[in-house]
Amino acid sequence: MKVLLGLSRLIDGLNERIGKLACWLVLAAVLVSAGNAVVRKVFDTSSNAFLEGQWYMFATLFLLSGGYALLKQEHVRIDVIYLRFSRRTQVGIDIFGTILFLLPMSLLMLYLSWPYFTNAFISGETSANAGGLIQWPVKMMMPVGFTLLALQGVSEIIKRVAWLKGLAPDPGVKEHAKPAELELAEAIITQRTAAKQ
Amino acid sequence: MSGFLVANLAPIIFGSLIVFLLLGYPLAFALAANGIFFALIGIVLGVLPPELLQAMPARVFGVMSNETLLAVPFFTFMGLILERSGMAEDLLDTIGQLFGPVRGGLAYAVILVGAMLAATTGVVAASVISMGLISLPIMLRYGYDRRLASGVIAAAGTLAQIIPPSLVLIIMADQLGKSVGDMYQGALIPGLMLTGFYAIYVFGISLFRPHWVPALPPEARTLRGRQLLWRIVTSLIPPLLLIFLVLGTIFLGIATPTEGGAMGATGALVMALLRRRLSVTLLKQAMDATAKLTTFVIFILVGARIFSLTFYGVNGHVWVEHLLQNLPGGQLGFLVAVNLLIFVLAFFLDFFELSFIVVPLLAPVAEKLGIDLIWFGVLLGVNMQTSFLHPPFGFALFYLRSVAPSAVRTSEIYWGAVPFVLIQIVMVALVIAFPKLVTGNLDRPDASKAVLQYMMPEERPNQVEDADPTRAFMERMMRSGR
Repeated sequence: MKVLLGLSRLIDGLNERIGKLACWLVLAAVLVSAGNAVVRKVFDTSSNAFLEGQWYMFATLFLLSGGYALLKQEHVRIDVIYLRFSRRTQVGIDIFGTILFLLPMSLLMLYLSWPYFTNAFISGETSANAGGLIQWPVKMMMPVGFTLLALQGVSEIIKRVAWLKGLAPDPGVKEHAKPAELELAEAIITQRTAAKQ
Repeated sequence: MSGFLVANLAPIIFGSLIVFLLLGYPLAFALAANGIFFALIGIVLGVLPPELLQAMPARVFGVMSNETLLAVPFFTFMGLILERSGMAEDLLDTIGQLFGPVRGGLAYAVILVGAMLAATTGVVAASVISMGLISLPIMLRYGYDRRLASGVIAAAGTLAQIIPPSLVLIIMADQLGKSVGDMYQGALIPGLMLTGFYAIYVFGISLFRPHWVPALPPEARTLRGRQLLWRIVTSLIPPLLLIFLVLGTIFLGIATPTEGGAMGATGALVMALLRRRLSVTLLKQAMDATAKLTTFVIFILVGARIFSLTFYGVNGHVWVEHLLQNLPGGQLGFLVAVNLLIFVLAFFLDFFELSFIVVPLLAPVAEKLGIDLIWFGVLLGVNMQTSFLHPPFGFALFYLRSVAPSAVRTSEIYWGAVPFVLIQIVMVALVIAFPKLVTGNLDRPDASKAVLQYMMPEERPNQVEDADPTRAFMERMMRSGR
């Protein structure tokens, strides 16, 4: 179990780092897309490479963050019934779901998207648009993303089994115990009391 | 046994989907796994071609290269930056001062600011929290009725759901296969009408229950004359500029909705910088939150695409159409039934879940009945907006409760919302009765459409996917399925 928990920490660290890096793509995509609109209006020209660049970044963002979002318990559930179960049952459902839903899905997608990527890589396929980008880098994100997701699934199982055995803290608790809404409320209150003084 | 399976595969898939989802495992993976599981069964039974699974990467690639969905992170990011920029607080302070001396003035100010925040920040939680923290205490201090004060704040906050550039409308447009620009134009009049109805309700209260909405006494006004005028101008300029930057450019056809979102986000960054509210920490927080929201939303869509590949493969959509087409009353019967269904489901599901699972099942039937899909989408949008308001689960009420002073009882928040839920229901009925409220705005020749078709690669992924042999196969299958 100790070895497994070590593996789980390793995976968590990997996805944490990738998630923190990938989120810069939000800013980059915003700037590129706004730039596209301005350049088209002002200089009456546009580049298909930049137009495609924005969705390349978008695709990379969500595929690379899939595991990170799982780590942070961000994937939404329909929790009408789930919330009524005991914590042990909830953790049981999580383990069951990860083994039966998440892992088969991500492994199958990994298996299917690998040739999808290698075909694009070998043929050097570019998009059909003039001056469009080469396609394999973005197609590569599919196998990479589903690998990260599957790894995170393994880590989540390890943490939950360890909790059931009393060997680790409850992994289901969101790291940010404070919801974003509460943080916003606190920020407004601090700002206003500061302004009054 | 296998004969029964083959004949009833669609209802069985649908039934097991409900079971899978109700377990409470994250939606995206339950959807995808259900699709894959039954794809395998279908292949074994010989109902589905073995090549079916090969089509899945292309389905996911379709989501990756969908430029409409790019607007989701852009508008989310814009909202997160704006909610910390202090814009809402400034607006509430100054508009409150301006309208305060009129009876019901603070309530009008909340409605007006709610509409402006809806057109910029576009996040219900942020609007309700800002107004609950800033306007509610002032309203209570000067003797506003607690139910009315909390009701007006919760309702004005939910305007963010229906007034463009709302996320609901983007996702609805994607699911219905329509342009986001059209969806925005269609939603504009109903959104503004709702704002008007809220104000009329406050006006009615000020006539019949004047002591619920007293005017502010003169000493409550800290700003007057030129000073007030200056504050009004300075606090109104940023939001109006942003509204132009986003909606103006979209409606004038200068930018696609996706680019409008990107420009709005850039504008929000510049504004926050100028106000010295932008720090590296805030930027990182906003990017992180945007990345997580985008990821879970898009993963649900990926799951839904994988699911629908199997579901359409076994002619599930034909089965759903049969179920729904047998409803009495034709178009009207269908619309009423669908709206009741969404109204009830909204107690349990949020709008992402509704738009990704329920809407795609309903859309083909609506289209067959001759219902304009923009009209249909806006109608469902108004309906889902209501779900933020109904007690006891409405999210707007929940956010308001978390910031309201303890003097306000929870039951008062609930009762305060009831008149506004009724206004919403009236609005749903009006949209059903007068489709022109939505479509009337679309009739004029529209420059943005030309730009859209010219610029937006979401019109083009066919080219990309044609390169994929399975795609052609899938299309044949889909066509023969209809």
